[in-house]
Amino acid sequence: MFRAIAARLKQGHRTTRYPAEPVPMPDRFRGYPRLDASACPDGCRVCADVCPVGAITPGTRDSDPNNGPKGLGTRENLSIDLGKCLFCPDCSEACPRGAITYTNDPALAANRREDLIVRPGDERRLAQALEQKMLSLFGRSLKFREVSAAGCNACEADTNVLSTIGWDLGRFGIQFVASPRHADGLWVTGPVSENMKDALLATYEAIPAPKIVVACGACAINGGPFIDSPEVHNGVDRLLPVDLFIPGCPPHPVTILDGLLRLLGKLEGA
Amino acid sequence: MKTLHNGMGVALDQIPDMNDATFLQTILDLTDHGWRVSSYFGAMTDGGLRLYALLSSKAEGILTVLTTRVGDPHFPSLANLCPQVHLFEREIAEQFGVAFDDHPWMKPVRFQNELPSCFPPLRERGTVGVMDYFRIEGEEVHEVAVGPVHAGIIEPGHFRFQCYGEQVFHLEISLGFQHRGIEAALLGGPHKNTFVRMETTAGDTTIGHGQAYAMAIEALTGTRASARAEVIRGIALELERLANHTGDLGAIAGDVGYLPTASFCGRIRGDFLNMSALLCGSRFGRGLITPGGIRFDLNATLIGALRQRLAAAREDLSNAVELLWNTPSVMGRLENTGALSEKDARSIGLVGPAARACGINYDVRRDLPFGIYRLAQIPVVTAGTGDVHARTMVRWLEAEKSMDFIEEQIGQLPGGAICTAGGELAPNHLAVALTEGWRGEICHVAITDGTGRFARYKITDPSFHNWTGLAFALRGQQISDFPLCNKSFNLSYCGFDL
Ligand code: SF4
Ligand code: SF4
Repeated sequence: MFRAIAARLKQGHRTTRYPAEPVPMPDRFRGYPRLDASACPDGCRVCADVCPVGAITPGTRDSDPNNGPKGLGTRENLSIDLGKCLFCPDCSEACPRGAITYTNDPALAANRREDLIVRPGDERRLAQALEQKMLSLFGRSLKFREVSAAGCNACEADTNVLSTIGWDLGRFGIQFVASPRHADGLWVTGPVSENMKDALLATYEAIPAPKIVVACGACAINGGPFIDSPEVHNGVDRLLPVDLFIPGCPPHPVTILDGLLRLLGKLEGA
Repeated sequence: MKTLHNGMGVALDQIPDMNDATFLQTILDLTDHGWRVSSYFGAMTDGGLRLYALLSSKAEGILTVLTTRVGDPHFPSLANLCPQVHLFEREIAEQFGVAFDDHPWMKPVRFQNELPSCFPPLRERGTVGVMDYFRIEGEEVHEVAVGPVHAGIIEPGHFRFQCYGEQVFHLEISLGFQHRGIEAALLGGPHKNTFVRMETTAGDTTIGHGQAYAMAIEALTGTRASARAEVIRGIALELERLANHTGDLGAIAGDVGYLPTASFCGRIRGDFLNMSALLCGSRFGRGLITPGGIRFDLNATLIGALRQRLAAAREDLSNAVELLWNTPSVMGRLENTGALSEKDARSIGLVGPAARACGINYDVRRDLPFGIYRLAQIPVVTAGTGDVHARTMVRWLEAEKSMDFIEEQIGQLPGGAICTAGGELAPNHLAVALTEGWRGEICHVAITDGTGRFARYKITDPSFHNWTGLAFALRGQQISDFPLCNKSFNLSYCGFDL
């Protein structure tokens, strides 16, 4: 008993103070990307070619009619879909002009799938608070049932870590619960394998309405590394309506916490 | 018999073609002499189906690969004589339509589609989790079914217990929920997405699987990673082990209701993950390894930071874990719970800390050394009782050795480049790569076709061997001890399901 108390004193109180203070991120952490298409040479698609998951539309001037939403021949086509992106070192390392750099800003979560597409000079479109009625229901107490639908155990682990003393998610009224009947929302990790689809949908059904859905990680958003495998459904939003998309492979815990706090209206601005 | 070293390739025509009787007899003879079956799988090479068995010898520090052609979909089963192949045979049946008629326990492995094969599937794919479970009848016997969705934030799997009151007679584990089609997609590879899939085959073992894949490619391209790259890979592998072992020590404490250690370890695990992020930006080591070497170098500032953080984490972890051994109520719950005998562990081919907890003195880092472990030995720790206590103790002692290893290695980092460019993959070759992940032996075997593309890429995660061990450990236990036993193994679902 005394040993336990002594240990408690020694280990101290070290819960992160986020959002009151920022979490120091390692220099090499890859967060929100900065794009500079003015550097892109004509016809270059090096970045798009190296990307393992097809997250990049290159900033070429070629006349490919499928090349991006803004029409032909403009460099503004350059875009990265953070819903697909794994935040790997490939594109930034491959680009000969340094047009793609990953900053270490971990705030990435968004409410709408299209808000995850980043173009040069874009305004940030971070997640907004739930609408007033939902906020009054969940703002002070939000319980999630987590389902791993073929997640690799990294998204699961860095979701789990939020409940440890290092992050203490409970202080915001957010908690992960064992039964879907006790939950207000479904928390999905993994690309949704064919073999987990039914169990995922059954869990969603078992949660009483109104309910929300969070897609945590590249897999749950769009299939992640497993995008287009015939065994996966390329994420959850083709099966269920999603309220919060959290990019990353896996998302850093602070990316997750930041998204949740924005969703609950406890954090605003960039 | 063609023997080879870990991380080596061999031309396919150098592997003697055996008839089925010689093939099977050789497996039996070698396993009788202490060799273990690291992998056993089918592959469509030279126009028909072949079986390949990869066996490893701790005593000699070598591997051997045996092969035979399967002309008839009915093939003799060895499972009764050599239980460690029982799941491999089930897998070959599911993936290639080979019927092992006298197999004692022929059931689905992961409810997957057949891979390309010359034999039709033996059965419909069916619904995952729906199969004939072993059942005990009796007035007071009852059945408990758990999963696929479990109470905590963990991966899915289905567990079926046959219980007499609180006592478990039998546990059957049915998996496949996490199946992502990794091996099917590797045919014709490597592809652009191959490496990121290797890193996420079991995402808590990114370095373990990433290094195995890199070694296989290096063997096929005749490339060698520099000493500097190998040291940094070794540091990353030990950090991965430290994060996971620390997490497990905390989770085991949590499952017996001892919150101080559970809480502290939950945080300290993060300290180790953050050290990996210091190295490469990712807490899970994503993007660090690449065939030919690594992508992020260490510099003096990082080495200083790493050394300082490691010292602090060591102090915290020692303090947190110390509490366990000094708390009689914790010891009372860990000792004699979920014991597995050394004999059973050997017969089912158990690996990693779970095997070492049963007294099996085997560790790929020492016995089939790869990378930096060829030059720097890491002491192997064992225990004798095979119970939860032994699995906990082995984790802690291994964590200490890993910390010693990193401290030593960062002090003597060799100079040089961090990545060597590779060329084309050698055609018609087979390469083997084993690493010691934190759960145990990881085995990758790559076979190329005439154009240097993958004709087969076989991944064997340690969990493939060890799930059977968990089922055995539960026999005769209280069902309420399942979470604790499960945590003491902490196996991978996705690494198994692929
Ligand atoms: S960082 Fe993202 S966009 Fe860039 S190559 Fe990797 S996955 Fe593709
Ligand atoms: S997004 Fe990445 S980390 Fe998360 S489950 Fe998928 S592969 Fe794993």
